[in-house]
Amino acid sequence: MSQQVGLSSQAELPSASPLLSDLAGSPGQARRDLEAARKSRSLWGNAWRQFKRHKLAMAGLVVLTIMIVGTFFGNLVYPRDESFIDWSLTGPMGYGLSPSLEYPFGTDSLGRDILARVLWGGRISIAVGLLAALVAITLGTVIGATAGFLGGFVDSLLMRFTDMFISLPQLPLLLLISFLYRDDIYNFFQKRFGDGNLGIFVLIVLVIAVLNWMSTARLVRAQFLSLKEKEFVEAAKSIGARESTLMFKHILPNVLSPIIVAATLAVGAAIITESSLSFLGLGFPSDVPTWGRLLFDYKDFIQLAPYQSILPGLMIFLTVLSINYVGDGLRDALDPRKAR
Amino acid sequence: MGRYLVRRILISMITLVAISMVIFTILAMAPGDPLSGFATNPNVPPELRQRLREQMGLEDPVPVQYTRWASQYAQGNWGISYTTRTSASDYVLGRLPVTLKIVGGAYLISILIAIPVGVISAVKQYSWFDNTATTFAFLGFSLPTFFTGIVLIVIFSVQLKWLPFVYDGTVEGFWPNVKQSIMPVTVLALAGAGALTRFVRASMLEVISQDYVRTARAKGLREQVVIVFHAMRNALIPVVTIIALEMPGVVGGAVITEQIFRIPGIGSALVQGIQEKDVPVVMAITFGVAVLVVIFNIIADVLYALLDPRIKYS
Repeated sequence: MSQQVGLSSQAELPSASPLLSDLAGSPGQARRDLEAARKSRSLWGNAWRQFKRHKLAMAGLVVLTIMIVGTFFGNLVYPRDESFIDWSLTGPMGYGLSPSLEYPFGTDSLGRDILARVLWGGRISIAVGLLAALVAITLGTVIGATAGFLGGFVDSLLMRFTDMFISLPQLPLLLLISFLYRDDIYNFFQKRFGDGNLGIFVLIVLVIAVLNWMSTARLVRAQFLSLKEKEFVEAAKSIGARESTLMFKHILPNVLSPIIVAATLAVGAAIITESSLSFLGLGFPSDVPTWGRLLFDYKDFIQLAPYQSILPGLMIFLTVLSINYVGDGLRDALDPRKAR
Repeated sequence: MGRYLVRRILISMITLVAISMVIFTILAMAPGDPLSGFATNPNVPPELRQRLREQMGLEDPVPVQYTRWASQYAQGNWGISYTTRTSASDYVLGRLPVTLKIVGGAYLISILIAIPVGVISAVKQYSWFDNTATTFAFLGFSLPTFFTGIVLIVIFSVQLKWLPFVYDGTVEGFWPNVKQSIMPVTVLALAGAGALTRFVRASMLEVISQDYVRTARAKGLREQVVIVFHAMRNALIPVVTIIALEMPGVVGGAVITEQIFRIPGIGSALVQGIQEKDVPVVMAITFGVAVLVVIFNIIADVLYALLDPRIKYS
């Protein structure tokens, strides 16, 4: 503040008390403050101000951050091997030890530490969600933008294609592809890269993405159809902008807000899909303890040790709930009609 | 309308053929077949296995297999289930009633909850009722069905011991059947009602701010009359469409719930069929869902035109 005053040509002499100068402020100072305020209200700054007002969305963001930091870096604080089998820890009944100070969520029927498994598995669940949403949204945006921008024959062809994908029975196909092809892909990746589970990861991400890009494609297409008739596109065209420049530099940024909202919600949906798949035993193998897979493994002990299945389920629920609230907050924050 | 419908149905037929090809190819290209169990069994001579494969037509090229399946399917012959050795249609249709009872009941309940709650939420926007309803809606569609199911089982079966957690298809009598349906229906209804309530609320909010609603109030009509007969009538048009569109998806959603409570319905038949690579059964169910999706898409469009006179198809 005092620096700004000093730089100004019509500045008063620096007063003894900085507080006083703040309060008094010259007309020039006020103008600069106003300019600074105006400047700070960029599109994203504005959105962030708006987002902060949505209390539940902020709460969601905090919980989500904790989840991500916890699952990705939790093993730095809680360095216990998630796959270490210890037969001395299987408990008197064989389903594992009950929660205690040493094992906050107990151990499972193979004596493995449940908290360590939940932390480790969470990163797979979250990574699948993020990547599948990214691929699906990219696919949907490219297809929708192409259809909407080019129009005509390409448009109707791509839209027929989209309609066909919408009519595909999603969950049955997901189960089918995952079950039929995962052994082969596992073996292929095992031989080629030395890590079969990587293959399962890629398979699940791709299958979820390929079955979930359609709503984004429709949304982006509709926006492109209306935006390409607008004056600013006309103006850009008249100064000789290339087609690709028009598409990606001029029109796409205007569609970004709904895409971001859709992407956020897609992450939550993808996490649920992966969990469902693993819960049915058709997703990851048991040495990759995603939250869904843990539920699948621990649900057999539901009568003896219900806490085992509650913890991973609660993690899925909290993560998806936070993502949905963040999405809701983003929808409000990025919608200029709702600006207050 | 008539010509539109004919064109629509024709396009749908083409879509369905394409979908059936996709599903069939996925199944046919997959490694391992229903006789792979025989391959590891030393008591089955390779010649017998080969003869069986030929008998079942598994040696033919995929397009030939597909054409055979398609022509039989069109004639209502869905093939013989590899595992149960009975007609796939009997097997699948026999499992349908349980699924319809549970899923249909849940869907009905979620509609009955969502419409009044959504309407009141919109009319009293930002009131405590709206805030509570919104929270529940968010909980509803963020709760994975397998987690709700497990929580309910822990509370009502394990702790309180009020409800059975394994669904028994052979149970007779009204009350035992209601009792064992409570948890699966609740799980599905909770998941369905959440999203639907949000949709009703949004649709209602849009209508309430329109000029004709203000006109109705200006005429001095009572608030209930304005809301029920003027606003709701229009707000529910898109809701009806969504209800029709979501119908087939609910059948898919039943897969997980049926697995949790071990309900012998379509969903568990599908999971079993996939694990046994029982092509006729999997094909019948998967393709059946696709047919439902396409049919309900057309129904939704027709309903929209019937309910909203502004929409005209040509």
